Amino acid sequence: MLERATRDAYGEALLELGSCDPRVVVLDADLSRSTYTDRFGKRFPERFFNVGIAEQNLIGVAAGLSMTGLIPFATTYAIFIGRAFDQIRQSVCFAGTNVKIVATHAGLAASHDGGSHQGVLDIALMRSLPGMTVISPVDYHAARHAVFAAVEHSGPVYIRLQKEPVPILTSPNETFQIGPARRLSEGRDVAIFATGSMVHPAIIAAESLLNQGIESSLVEICTLKPIDITTIREVCSSCGCFVTAEEHSRYGGLYDAILHALAGEVRCPGTPVALNDCFGDTGSWQELRIHFGLSNIDIERAALRALALRDFPLSSSHL
Amino acid sequence: MTLLSVETEQHLITTARRIRKNVLTAIHAVGTGHAGSSLSLIEILVMLYFRHLKIDPKCPNWEDRDWFILSKGHGSPALYATLAAAGYFSEERLQSLRQFGSGLHGHPVAGQLPGIDVSTGSLGQGLSIAVGLALGFMRQGRTNRVVCILGDGELQEGQNWEAANTASTFGVANLCCIVDRNGLQNDGDTETIMPLGDLCARFRAFGWQAMEIDGHNFQAIDKALWYARQSSVPCILVAKTVKGRGVSFMEGVVKWHHHPIDNNHLVLALSELDGALM
Repeated sequence: MLERATRDAYGEALLELGSCDPRVVVLDADLSRSTYTDRFGKRFPERFFNVGIAEQNLIGVAAGLSMTGLIPFATTYAIFIGRAFDQIRQSVCFAGTNVKIVATHAGLAASHDGGSHQGVLDIALMRSLPGMTVISPVDYHAARHAVFAAVEHSGPVYIRLQKEPVPILTSPNETFQIGPARRLSEGRDVAIFATGSMVHPAIIAAESLLNQGIESSLVEICTLKPIDITTIREVCSSCGCFVTAEEHSRYGGLYDAILHALAGEVRCPGTPVALNDCFGDTGSWQELRIHFGLSNIDIERAALRALALRDFPLSSSHL
Repeated sequence: MTLLSVETEQHLITTARRIRKNVLTAIHAVGTGHAGSSLSLIEILVMLYFRHLKIDPKCPNWEDRDWFILSKGHGSPALYATLAAAGYFSEERLQSLRQFGSGLHGHPVAGQLPGIDVSTGSLGQGLSIAVGLALGFMRQGRTNRVVCILGDGELQEGQNWEAANTASTFGVANLCCIVDRNGLQNDGDTETIMPLGDLCARFRAFGWQAMEIDGHNFQAIDKALWYARQSSVPCILVAKTVKGRGVSFMEGVVKWHHHPIDNNHLVLALSELDGALM
C-alpha cells in the first residue's frame, strides 16, 4: 500500500496555493525543514515569515496579518500548540481572526525525541476553543484537500498532521468537505470511529472482526469540530455500542467528542483506544503505538469489550 | 510636520478634560473599572485621535485608515471616551460601560463597538498583532500605519520581546508603539515587582528607534509622533505618565489601578477637573 506523510501534502498544497492565491502567507517558528513550509519559503520568500523559536508571537503576528486581508498559515509541531494556547484563544478565536494553524508531528510521531515532544493533547486544547474548526486528515490526499478547504473557510482552522508516512486510503479526486464524517462500512454490531493515523489500523481491526462474524460500522472522523453529530447518532443508534481510535489522550479528543455528540440523546456504551492519561515515551513510532495500546489488535479488543456492554444481542445471524 | 498652534493645543486640553470627566462618570456608574490606568493615557489618545491617526469616525472600517491597538486593554474607558469625543458614537453610550449588551466591555472587543480595531485583554499580545498588521500592510504596498499602546507592567510578558525582535527583523517602519510608563501595576511599583529599567535602551538593543517623552505634554507627544513617522525602523515612545493623572487623590496611588468610584470620590474628582478650567 502506498504511503505518504500528511505533512508532505501540506508542503505541496502550500506551493500550489502560493501560485494561485496571493492572500496566502506562511509563518513558521524555526521548524520549516520538518513542517515542509521551507518549500513555500524558497519559492515565495516575500510571503514567508520565520519568526524564530517564538510560538506565542507566531500566533499573534499571524492574527495581525489576517486583519490586513491575508490568509496566514501559522505552522509548528502539535506539542507546541499548547505553548501558544492563550494566544490562540485571545488573538485568534476570541478576536475571530481568519488564521489557519497547522501542526505537524501530531500524536506519538516525534517518537525518538521523546515524550516531551509528543503532541497528544492538541485536539483537547483546540476543541475547547469556541469558533475553532479542528481537522484531522486521514491521509496525503485528505490533508491536501484540508489545506485548500481551510482557505475557503472563513475563520480559525486547526489542521493536525502526521510526521510519519501513513497509507493512502482516499483518491485524489474524492470530494472533501469540512464537517461530514466518512462512512467506510455499514455493519450493525459495533460502531468504530477513527481519526487520522488510526483509521488504517481500524480498517484492519474491522476486517478481523468480520472474520469473527462481527459487522462494524467504520466511520472516519476527519472534522473533529464541528463534528458530524447526525452520523454519529445514527450509527450509534443502530449499532448499540462503539469504539474510538485516536493517537491522542482519551481526554478531550475523539472519544470525548463522541460522548458529547451522544450525551442526552443516544444511550450507547463505548470504549476508547487512546492514550490513557499519560505522556509519551521514547522509541520508534511503531513501538510506541504498540506500547500505548494503539494497534489494530487493541481496536479489535476494545470492540469486543464494547459489544459486551451492549444492551441488546448481536444482530448477525451467524453468531 | 506642522507645529501645534496654541489654539489647537487649548482645544486638545479642553477635550482631554472632557474625556477625563466622562471616564470617571462611566466608571462611577457601573461601580467597576480601571480609573488610574485610563487617566494616564488621555493626552496620548487625544493627540492620536484628534491630530495624528488617519481615520474617519463616520467610516470606522475605512480601508486606508491607520490601525490602533490598545494592548493594555484595561485602559478601555479612556479609549471609549476618546472614540465618543471623536464622533464614533454618542457620549451617552459611555454610561453603559461594562454593562451587559453594551459592547463597551471591560477590555475592548472588535466588532462590537465602532472604532475598535483589535480585541485585547490578555496582556502581552497586542505588539505581536501590531507587527503582523504592519507587516501585512507593508508587504501589500499599503500606506496604513499601525499604532500600539503598551502598558509598562505589560512589558513583563515575554511575548513582547519576541515581537520586538520580529518588528526590527522584518523592518516594519510603519509601526509606532507608545509605552504608558506610569510606573505602577496591579500589585505596586513596577520597579519593585519586576524592574523594567531603561526601556529606551532595551528597545534600542532590539533594533528600534526609541525616545522618552512627557506623556501629558501635547507639544512633546506631537513632536515625537512626527519623529516616529520619519523613522526607517519601528519606533517606540516611552511616555512618562502619572497613573490617575488629573485627580489629586488618584495620582500615583496604586489602589486606583482598579477601584470603584463612589459618589464622594466622583464629586471631588469632577470639581477638581472643573477647577482646572480656570
